[in-house]
Amino acid sequence: MKCVFVTVGTTSFDDLVACVSARDNLQVIKSLGYNRLILQIGRGMVVPEPFSTESFTLDVYRYKDSLKEDLQKADLVISHAGAGSCLETLEKGKPIVVVINEKLMNNHQLELAKQLHKGGHLFYCTCSTLPGLLQSMDLSTLKCYLPGQPEKFSAFLDKVVGLQK
Amino acid sequence: MVCLLILAAAAGAVAAFLVLRLWIVLRSQDVTPRQSLSLLVVAGSGGHTTEILRLLGSLSNAYSPRHYIVADTDEMSANKINSFELDRADRDPSNMSTRYYIHRIPRSREVQQSWFSTLLTTLRATWLSFPLILRLKPDLVLCNGPGTCVPICVSALLLGILGIKKVIIVYVESICRVETLSLSGKILFHFSDYFIVQWPTLKEKYPKSVYLGRIV
Repeated sequence: MKCVFVTVGTTSFDDLVACVSARDNLQVIKSLGYNRLILQIGRGMVVPEPFSTESFTLDVYRYKDSLKEDLQKADLVISHAGAGSCLETLEKGKPIVVVINEKLMNNHQLELAKQLHKGGHLFYCTCSTLPGLLQSMDLSTLKCYLPGQPEKFSAFLDKVVGLQK
Repeated sequence: MVCLLILAAAAGAVAAFLVLRLWIVLRSQDVTPRQSLSLLVVAGSGGHTTEILRLLGSLSNAYSPRHYIVADTDEMSANKINSFELDRADRDPSNMSTRYYIHRIPRSREVQQSWFSTLLTTLRATWLSFPLILRLKPDLVLCNGPGTCVPICVSALLLGILGIKKVIIVYVESICRVETLSLSGKILFHFSDYFIVQWPTLKEKYPKSVYLGRIV
């Protein structure tokens, strides 16, 4: 069973939720070989009706304490550009398509998506270009993401605050 | 008329004194050796909390007690913090004395709130958070960019300006910020003791910042 996990983190991203659950786009996702879509909608107002047929299942929920399980099951992740969602997914080694929320202030999320895309770690798009990207992208070209190093932070901080070893 | 002039002169003198105090506080970066220090952590919503907990995961138990400040409408962060601290205690049962506390303050701004009302709500949050900071008198404030951190850092600075305590302010700009600083970052760049960025472009633009690579 090939599964797509769509996540908006703790935010509300109605445009993405609506886009992904629209009949046409569900068809696109199905035609790419996926037969399950798990949709985490956060604070959004748009709540698609879950359903389950022989060939396809749509699950919908707002939050879970941890998205670990759903990330683990996923063959593809479609996510908002929040750092938590992006990094958690990349660290699990899952292919990720980041959808930029054009309604956010200054759209600062675009910077991270662009940078990670530059590094070859993900694809990004907007709601309107998502269906096109899904059909044209090649997931095998994505590169492995190395996690950050918080120990560099602790070493620096210990030094500047005068903590003795 | 004369009264007004005197008042204006007095106000000017007070303002100048405060600015001078601020300048002195910002310049003082002496490193006093110590065994432990109390930490105040500002936890913003969603990704901000995830990032800051990653940073905290690398810190030793010398950073204790830990006080977390959470916006009053943010349940998720409180849960994450509790999980983090329980996990930490589990992994190191020998250290039973590490204490942590969660405090709540009114949110400075909601996402997509207008600039003007943001100024008002931030002032209100500063007014309401100063008594808490005054009571806690932390050695170090650690924050990473949510609006909630501005009133906290202002309060911490006030402790220094009023000669009560010099609080070290460490700001880590979110990993989301590659080319430009957040609004909190732009403000606190001038008022923090250490301003850490995670991408080389920002280090180039702000040479006084600290660049350690990606740390979350």
